[in-house]
Amino acid sequence: MIKEKVRVKTFKIDGIDVTGQSNATLLEVANEHGIKIPTLCYFEGLTPAGACRMCLVEVEGSDKLIPACTAKIKEGMEVTTNSERIKSHRKMILSMIFAERTHTCSVCVSNGHCELQDQAVDLGLDHSEVPYIHKVFEIDASHKEYIYDPNRCILCTRCVRVCDEVEGAHALDILSRGIDAKIIHDMDEPWALSESCTSCGKCVHVCPTGSLFEKGVSATEMVKKKSIITNLIKTRKER
Amino acid sequence: MKKARVATIWLDGCSGCHMSFLDMDERLVELSEYMDVVYSPYVDQKEFPSDVDLTIVEGALSTDHDIEMIKKIRKNSKKILALGDCAVTGNISAMKNLFGTEAVMQKAYFDLVDHNESGKYPQEIVPTLLDKVIPLNEAVDIDYFVPGCPTPADAIYEVLKAVLEGKEINISELTRFGK
Amino acid sequence: MIESLEDLNEIAQKKLCAQGDCEDEIRVCIGSSCASLGSEDLSKEIAQKMEQEGLQKRCRVKGVGCNGLCSEAILVSHQKKGATSEDLYTNIEASQADDFIALLQNKKDLKEKLYDLQQAFFFKQKKIVLENAGYIDPNDIEDAIAHGAYQALFKVLDTMEPKDVLDEIKQSGLRGRGGGGYPTGLKWESVAKVHSDTKYIICNGDEGDPGAFMDRAVMEADPHKVLEGMSIAGFACGASQGFIYVRAEYPIAVEKLTKAIKQARKYGLLGKNIGESGFSFDIDIRLGGGAFVCGEATALIASIEGGRGNPRQKPPHLSDHGLFAQPTVLNNVETLANIAPIIQKGAEWFKNIGIPSSTGTKVFALTGHIKNTGLVEIPMGMSLRELVYDVGGGASGEKAIKAIQTGGPSGGCIPEEHLDISVDYDSLKKIGSIMGSGGLIVMDESSNMVEVARFFMDFCRSESCGKCVPCRVGTTELTDLLDKFVAKKASKSDYELLKNMCEVVKESSLCGLGQTAPNPVLSTLKYFEEEYLEGIADD
Repeated sequence: MIKEKVRVKTFKIDGIDVTGQSNATLLEVANEHGIKIPTLCYFEGLTPAGACRMCLVEVEGSDKLIPACTAKIKEGMEVTTNSERIKSHRKMILSMIFAERTHTCSVCVSNGHCELQDQAVDLGLDHSEVPYIHKVFEIDASHKEYIYDPNRCILCTRCVRVCDEVEGAHALDILSRGIDAKIIHDMDEPWALSESCTSCGKCVHVCPTGSLFEKGVSATEMVKKKSIITNLIKTRKER
Repeated sequence: MKKARVATIWLDGCSGCHMSFLDMDERLVELSEYMDVVYSPYVDQKEFPSDVDLTIVEGALSTDHDIEMIKKIRKNSKKILALGDCAVTGNISAMKNLFGTEAVMQKAYFDLVDHNESGKYPQEIVPTLLDKVIPLNEAVDIDYFVPGCPTPADAIYEVLKAVLEGKEINISELTRFGK
Repeated sequence: MIESLEDLNEIAQKKLCAQGDCEDEIRVCIGSSCASLGSEDLSKEIAQKMEQEGLQKRCRVKGVGCNGLCSEAILVSHQKKGATSEDLYTNIEASQADDFIALLQNKKDLKEKLYDLQQAFFFKQKKIVLENAGYIDPNDIEDAIAHGAYQALFKVLDTMEPKDVLDEIKQSGLRGRGGGGYPTGLKWESVAKVHSDTKYIICNGDEGDPGAFMDRAVMEADPHKVLEGMSIAGFACGASQGFIYVRAEYPIAVEKLTKAIKQARKYGLLGKNIGESGFSFDIDIRLGGGAFVCGEATALIASIEGGRGNPRQKPPHLSDHGLFAQPTVLNNVETLANIAPIIQKGAEWFKNIGIPSSTGTKVFALTGHIKNTGLVEIPMGMSLRELVYDVGGGASGEKAIKAIQTGGPSGGCIPEEHLDISVDYDSLKKIGSIMGSGGLIVMDESSNMVEVARFFMDFCRSESCGKCVPCRVGTTELTDLLDKFVAKKASKSDYELLKNMCEVVKESSLCGLGQTAPNPVLSTLKYFEEEYLEGIADD
């Protein structure tokens, strides 16, 4: 493969002229320029997954919607982040996330500090547009410090990625597929019995919802320390 | 100006949103200039009236009776406002869906009771539970959604005022799921 | 060891001579449909009994791949010496070995089982991919060589440069037979022009559409055609390693391919320095666990790499970031099976078959309410009506044909009144379906189109990998919604939601599985809207 030399590219996001390094993603450039594109599975420093589809944007000349988190920038491209079509698609996708499992905000440890909840406010989603599915999973409270409630999981796989890419343990992965997919420890062991988990807690702090939380906290009390992880990634890169 | 005929009803919820409604305090007096409450747990009216301008519904739908009521409400109301997370999302009422109706009945009528002479679940008077608790909009079309648990009185006031005056309002600025 | 074209021809000649010793040949189909009725034992028993009767010199028996008429299994054909065409016997039972002995001894005829080969099912077909299916023994490389296998490879090695091969394939107009219809020559070229020491050729044998078994038949009947196509692709693109990704549910295909690779290596047709040309190419098999999504290019690659079969967002495209991050060509079985014939007979010959925008032939698996269920290969541009009524023999029962479905869960339903359109990539797309990999399901008047759409949606639901939200949740929601329409309990808002959700799932899913999952719903909504409206309760 030919490694492209890094240079600067100029293009437009929502009519605003922006510049970015040629190897940057659309989302990174938008963030640098203060243009907000909603995200859920994206976490700065982790490999983008393109899974939640919240960051879909339009690029002039193509009918396709592309996720800003994985899209590489191109010279002269014209990006729209907020057309009526995108807004309504995002609302339905967000509805799907709310409807899939059981997000009972009122009694959740992350109530008030939840990225899923924040997205609903930002997008003006006041109800789910799709019927609730309430796929049920068992809670794993076996770990001495943490609890995993898959019923609040949105399968963003931040935990899987941070465990693999930052902690290097790869204690987490996905079991089963489709609507039955579930994050598991090792070979679907109870968390406490996982031999590869180092109990570092990174998974808990990157989790956007109340799916992974510390024991002992009550409703609204779980505040995630995301900056710990982003700083860790940054300092490591700069070494 | 003719006053709007407003109804409020409490389905499968905790009444917290109705409490919140009362928490509007002196603003209720102001609102009463624009609306008459024609049916509500606050007023003594047995039958749901036929020509309602706005019905405010608290609570999710969990029984066959709830379904019957919401259909009647839809038929008799020009607009329906879903008040609070239970009406909007199912919320705590819908946590039953994690366990199923059978488990809930078992808990309520056998596990947690000292006496159940018939050895059966009640068959009469009490309505039958649905397999799944659902928010209002899964049964009928809903015009306004005002989440919150309970919805803050300030939000109810702002929304009601806007609805009565026919103005647009951004609900997300006032309340959210779990507020 | 075959080191040159002369060696190859010598083996072919020897084999033909040896075969010439026998007057007759009996071919028993050992493809999956016939094998499931015990055809392999039948084949063995006939051979055994012939020996007992001293007939082995007069007639030889061999197992062959599928000739297509699966609805009439077991198929046994008898090629008499000197006869221009074979006698095809259908609906044979595994216990009928004695009848064939009697037949050879002229003690009995099997007229009641003799099939009329003058039917449209046979004469309207045009066989390229399946030219050897039903004739050669897939277990015997020499039989394949005697029927022309590896001639094209030697033509390439002896007389062509990689660029010539690319030009030939580009000129032929061959398009991907997996369903997308991307021009094969362009795909190869984009990999050929990337500078890299390591490149890969992958053959996608993860055929998973319900009711589709085209690729299985090719792999079972003529595995060397696939290997040869891959080697030529390797030569053209500069790759020296190939992988065939086959689903483990195709045990016979896996067995035949494994055997074929082994034999090809032994004869020096795979491995280092093939035919003393300096070109090296080897092929390994990787088994899929039966996940439909692993037919998607990036998921298939993740699976070969040993990871979970999840797709990833493209770009980067496979041409610069494929298997193990190297430039990779991924072609479907049928596409690769077209390569050797194109090289051998030329792009001009190929272009004369089919129509300009869709050249060559297409293999279809006919299933459903159709008389001749089975495998057919037809020239592109034939009308759907001809395919269904002439080749397929029309409806299987009393009821008239209502619609046909092409492209499986990613395709669409085409109503009877549109059957006059031509079978090609663009015409099918224009009316809301796709060519797809070749599954063709015929439905008569007894079929409820909402139930059909629901069937495919449920298939996508259970096959979704779960990575992206619109596909994971959307296909579940859509299945539930369609349930309501089937039960006639839907509301008017459900109808609106159905339409909106189809759009969202289609436009925002990560990979082809989700992006095409709504197609069966959208096409039935377009042509059979009234059946959805009937599903709306009054209340």
